[in-house]
Amino acid sequence: MGTIVKVSGLTKSFKHNTAVNDLSFSVNEGDVYGFLGQNGAGKSTTIRMLVTLITPTAGEIEIFGMPLNKNRIEILRQIGAVIEKPDVYKYLSAFENLSLFARLSGVSLSDAKLMDQLDKVGLAHRAKDTVKTFSQGMKQRLGIAIALVHDPRLIILDEPTNGLDPQGIADIRNLILHLSRDLQKTVIVSSHLLNEIEQVASRVLIIDKGKKIVEGNALDLFDPAQTIVELQTFDNQYALEQLQISSWAQHLQPQRDSAILIKIDRLQIPQLHRDLVDMDIQLLSIQPRHSLEDYFLQVTSANQHVDTYSS
Amino acid sequence: MWTLIQVELYKIFRRPRTYIAFIAVAGLIGVIQFGLKLDGDAYVGFMMRDITSSLTVEGKILNGYQVCYIVLQILLIHVPLLIALVAADMISGEANMGTLRIMLTKPMSRTHFLLAKFLAAVAYTLLLLIWLAILALFLNMLLFGVDDLFLLKSQYVVLLKKDDIFWRYAWAFGFAALSMTTVASLGFLFSQFAENSIGPIVATMSVIIFFTILSTLNIPIFNKVKPFLFTTHMIGWKEFFDIKVNDANESIKGSIQNPQKIITSAIVLFLHIIGFVTASVLVFRKKDVLS
Amino acid sequence: MRKIVFVYIFLLVSFSSYSQDMTALIMRVKAKLDQVNDYEADGRMKTDVSFIKAPIGKVKVYFKKPNKFRLKKDGGISLLPKGGVSVNMNSIFATSDFVALAAGEAMIGGSKTRIVKLLPANENSDIVLTTMYIDETNLLVKKAVTTTRENGTYEIEMSYGQYTQYGLPDKVVFTFNTKDYKLPKGITLEFNDEEKPLSEADKLKNKKGRVEITYTNYQINKGLPDAVFK
Repeated sequence: MGTIVKVSGLTKSFKHNTAVNDLSFSVNEGDVYGFLGQNGAGKSTTIRMLVTLITPTAGEIEIFGMPLNKNRIEILRQIGAVIEKPDVYKYLSAFENLSLFARLSGVSLSDAKLMDQLDKVGLAHRAKDTVKTFSQGMKQRLGIAIALVHDPRLIILDEPTNGLDPQGIADIRNLILHLSRDLQKTVIVSSHLLNEIEQVASRVLIIDKGKKIVEGNALDLFDPAQTIVELQTFDNQYALEQLQISSWAQHLQPQRDSAILIKIDRLQIPQLHRDLVDMDIQLLSIQPRHSLEDYFLQVTSANQHVDTYSS
Repeated sequence: MWTLIQVELYKIFRRPRTYIAFIAVAGLIGVIQFGLKLDGDAYVGFMMRDITSSLTVEGKILNGYQVCYIVLQILLIHVPLLIALVAADMISGEANMGTLRIMLTKPMSRTHFLLAKFLAAVAYTLLLLIWLAILALFLNMLLFGVDDLFLLKSQYVVLLKKDDIFWRYAWAFGFAALSMTTVASLGFLFSQFAENSIGPIVATMSVIIFFTILSTLNIPIFNKVKPFLFTTHMIGWKEFFDIKVNDANESIKGSIQNPQKIITSAIVLFLHIIGFVTASVLVFRKKDVLS
Repeated sequence: MRKIVFVYIFLLVSFSSYSQDMTALIMRVKAKLDQVNDYEADGRMKTDVSFIKAPIGKVKVYFKKPNKFRLKKDGGISLLPKGGVSVNMNSIFATSDFVALAAGEAMIGGSKTRIVKLLPANENSDIVLTTMYIDETNLLVKKAVTTTRENGTYEIEMSYGQYTQYGLPDKVVFTFNTKDYKLPKGITLEFNDEEKPLSEADKLKNKKGRVEITYTNYQINKGLPDAVFK
């Protein structure tokens, strides 16, 4: 599988801050590439540079093996992007918007094919309604239809689940999987909903303050041997005191959300359970936390913020 | 490029705001026509009071050509605002709606995109002026009939024969189109710098008002600047309604007193358009779309 | 003393007999003009006023005894001196109630003319005084300078050609006073402040205007309905 996107030394400085600082990463063909970072980390700025909305201060971007700055139009022909909240022309209907953007994307589709596109995102029944009557979720789906109308090779989704209800989020997740597995598209998806990325991403890039923190295969990054287990007890204070004088003390993690966290191998969970009962700790629940979230918090500066709030 | 222009025109004419200008023009002209139909004689009497102290003026002074001239004098000062409503909204409106970022991720050159938008704004301007011509000239010719045109300039009076007028209006509207395109290009330039249309619209009108004041005031220090202001040249359409006379003080049919002045004004306006559009392209090509 | 009285009486008698000659002259001119009961003619009218740029206009002129006169522009707008163009020789001569006084001689258009001052007897007449320059030989009025109460003074100068026998002119030039014309540039929206060329500025100072009418194709005594003058 070849490299579809190659970014080297990408930097973007604005007047008062550097949003992206010497960022390098690559996306392989067929990847679902998860782009993670807190708000203000530089995700959107990076994505905007990929689709030429913003000019980099330094660095190079190659897409489909071509330099972006020299082959912009040809590259954009093969990219479909949804940048943040997709805004379309509110005074036009969904069908008119799709038709308009299809023309601008260089494709000439019949009315039936356009309706088919709307049907795929569940908007066929609202095709003739003006967009100003649409909910945020419907606008998001229309944005995705517009991004896909010209059958692009690379799809870039920036915060695609913003404003969606759980069903909508699930639909987006299924769509991403469908694009990747069934249609062999390459998808870059940025989000702050870590559990969603965890479910779809094959590779992940985590950035913080404009810099790359880590990049790699999702499976390699999240070591199941280092699972964080969350305990809820009847008396957390008593439970914590007991654990601190037990053999599990070295595995204790900083408390969060009034839960006790222990970092252990998943295979040790049954033994932990038995020991907790022996220590006369009344358990309300014991469950493993999402490994990506913890990994993310571990590698970014979010931990400091959490300690402040929990004390 | 042609697809882009078609798309831009489609967007302009599907937007309800666009029709405000057409309705406003129709309303304004309708009010003027109504007033003149009812009280036109009083207006003419007021206009002619200086002349009628020594001369008797006979004939149908308040005819379609006269009313059209009155309408143009009034409207061509106010039509720039209506032009700015659309032109100054071309980029900032897209940014405000959030559609600019989706547009610019499509496979098209930014220069082509911008030029297509500008040409669509120019098409809107021309259509507005055609609408103005239909109502101000053709409709008035029907309502008030046609006759000679009697024009009061600051130092002399011009009387144009009936069959020597229509071609002048054709050229005058053409020149007005150039003037209004200059306004459109200024609004278009300001549109690059904002993410909300109000700012560029107000800025465009402020510049026009400010420059018009400079153009009008007869203060020596401003006289040096006046030839370079586009507002000084925007009223160049009036030169089509001045006629040459021979040595016997007989007006020469089909002539224009100062054709060179018209050419100079047209060149100045054209250069302004080129300048504003070029600046727009240069700014837009480098613009970071953060909206 | 006796010599002075004698000279005085001689002058008085001469003056009386002289003034009687002017009335007779006027009557002879009037009699010539009386040949014409009515006429219509085509005219080419040129308005020559310093602050007016106007084209040549086509007119039609109608006259019917005793004093019906109408000048109709062939469409379009016309600029005429106030009260002037409606006056024509025929209407001046329509009244018999005047005093005609001799006032010397002058050369007008290459012809020797007698100057006759006509004072209307009617004190309420708009015309205060008319000075006529009459070609005694041909009984033609070459020039008339009329002072009116309402419309000031104007001159009418006439040239004759093929209709001399009827006393109808080929060309009539009305010269009249005009007032200054100026409108603020703020109203006319003229932003240029160029100085007018000297010759044109001089022209503006000349506060006289002219209307020239060149007549052709007189139709004399063909009968004209009164409706034409309405």
